[in-house]
Amino acid sequence: MASLRDIRRRIKSVKNTAQITRAMQMVAASKMRKAQEAALSGRPYAELLNRVLVSLRDRVDSSMHPLLEKREVKHELVILLSTDKGLCGGLNTNLFREVLNFNADTTSFITVGRKGTQFLARTRRKVIADFALKDHPSFLETKTISKFAIEKFLGGEVDKVTVLFPLFVNTLTQRPTAIPLLPITSLEEAGLVHDGGTPAAPPEGGILFEPDAQSILDAIVPYYVHYELYQMLLGARASEHSARMVAMKSATDNAKQLVKDLTLEYNKARQASITTELLEISTAQLALG
Amino acid sequence: MATLRLEIVTPEARTYSDDVDSVVIPGVEGELGILPQHVALMTQLLPGELRITKNGQETRLAVGEGFVEVTGEKVSVLTDMAVPELDIDEAAAEEAMRRAEEALKNEHLDEEGLAAAQAAMLKSLAQLRVKRRKQI
Repeated sequence: MASLRDIRRRIKSVKNTAQITRAMQMVAASKMRKAQEAALSGRPYAELLNRVLVSLRDRVDSSMHPLLEKREVKHELVILLSTDKGLCGGLNTNLFREVLNFNADTTSFITVGRKGTQFLARTRRKVIADFALKDHPSFLETKTISKFAIEKFLGGEVDKVTVLFPLFVNTLTQRPTAIPLLPITSLEEAGLVHDGGTPAAPPEGGILFEPDAQSILDAIVPYYVHYELYQMLLGARASEHSARMVAMKSATDNAKQLVKDLTLEYNKARQASITTELLEISTAQLALG
Repeated sequence: MATLRLEIVTPEARTYSDDVDSVVIPGVEGELGILPQHVALMTQLLPGELRITKNGQETRLAVGEGFVEVTGEKVSVLTDMAVPELDIDEAAAEEAMRRAEEALKNEHLDEEGLAAAQAAMLKSLAQLRVKRRKQI
C-alpha cells in the first residue's frame, strides 16, 4: 500500500491538473461561443450563394468558365483543415482517419494547422503548401489559400480540389467531412443539405444577364470559391473549440473523481496506521503489566 | 396581386426576408426596378441604395457589393453589407471613410489591400448617401 505521503502528493498533483484543465475549459468555452456564432451566422449566405451559383451553372455552358469544368480526375488536391494545438479530444484523429481514404500516389495536400502537417509528414504524404492561420481568420487571409488552390486547378496540375475538415454539427458532434471545392459542386451533390432550400427550376427562355454572362461568371465564381473556403474554415474553428471544451470538461470531471478516490484511500490508510499504533501501545502495556 | 419575395443575406445574418411590392436595386448598369413577374435575371450589385416598397411604404437600405438573382417571384440579394437607413451611424461611417482614405494614401499597398480599402470606402460612401438624402 502506498504511504500516506505518496497519496498526499498525488492528490495535490491531480488537483493541480484539474485546475489547469478547468482553466482551459473556460477559455475554450468563451472562444467556442464566438466561433460558433461566426460559423452559424454565415451559413445562410453560403447556402444562398451556392444555390444561386448552381442554378447559374446549370443554365450556362460549363465551358464558359474554367472553374466549372469537370475533368477526369487524375490528380487530386486536398486542403486539410486541422488545428494548431492538441488537447481537443478525438477531433484530429477522426479527421486523419479520413485522410487514409485518399490515394497516396495521386493526392497532394495543402495543410492549415500544425497537427495536420505533422500527421502528413509522418505518413509520408505529399504536402505542397502549408498555411498558418490565426485564431480568427480574416477573409483576406483565407483568400490566399483559395487563390493558391485555384491556380493549381487552372494550371492543370490537379483536376479536383477537396476540402477535408471537421464539420460543425453542434457542440458535442463534429463530423469529419470532405467537400469538393473545385470544380463547383452544389451542396446537395456533396450530400450536405442544411435547410433543404428548393433549387429554382430553370425558367423557360433562359436567364438574362446584366451586363453579360461572362462578366457575371468571372465575378461570382472565384468569389464563391473564396467565400466557401472561408466559411469552412470558420466551421473548422468552431469545431476545434467545441471539441476542446468538451475534452477539457471530461478531463476536469475525471480529475475530480480521481481526487475523491484518492482521498478515500488516504483516509483508509490513515485510519489503518492509527489502529496499528493503538494496537502496539496496548500490546506494550499488556506486556509490561 | 402577385408578390415578390425579397431576401437580403449578408455573411453576418439574414438581414431581410419578406414579401414586397417592388424593389429598386443599384446594379452595375444603373438602378434596376424589379416588380413581380420579372424575367429571370442575374446581375452584380454595386454599393449604393436599395429601396423596398411594401404597402406604399418605402424602406431604404445601404448595401455593399454583391450579386442579385431574380426569378419570377423571388429576388435574392447577396451582399457584404446591408444596413437599414435607421441603423446607419453617420459618425462611424465618416470615420470608416477617413480610415479608408488614409489607407489609400499608403504607397506600400499590395493589390489585395488596395481593393479592400477601395471597397471599404465605397461602402461607407453608400451609407452616408442613404443617410443624408433626406436632409438635402
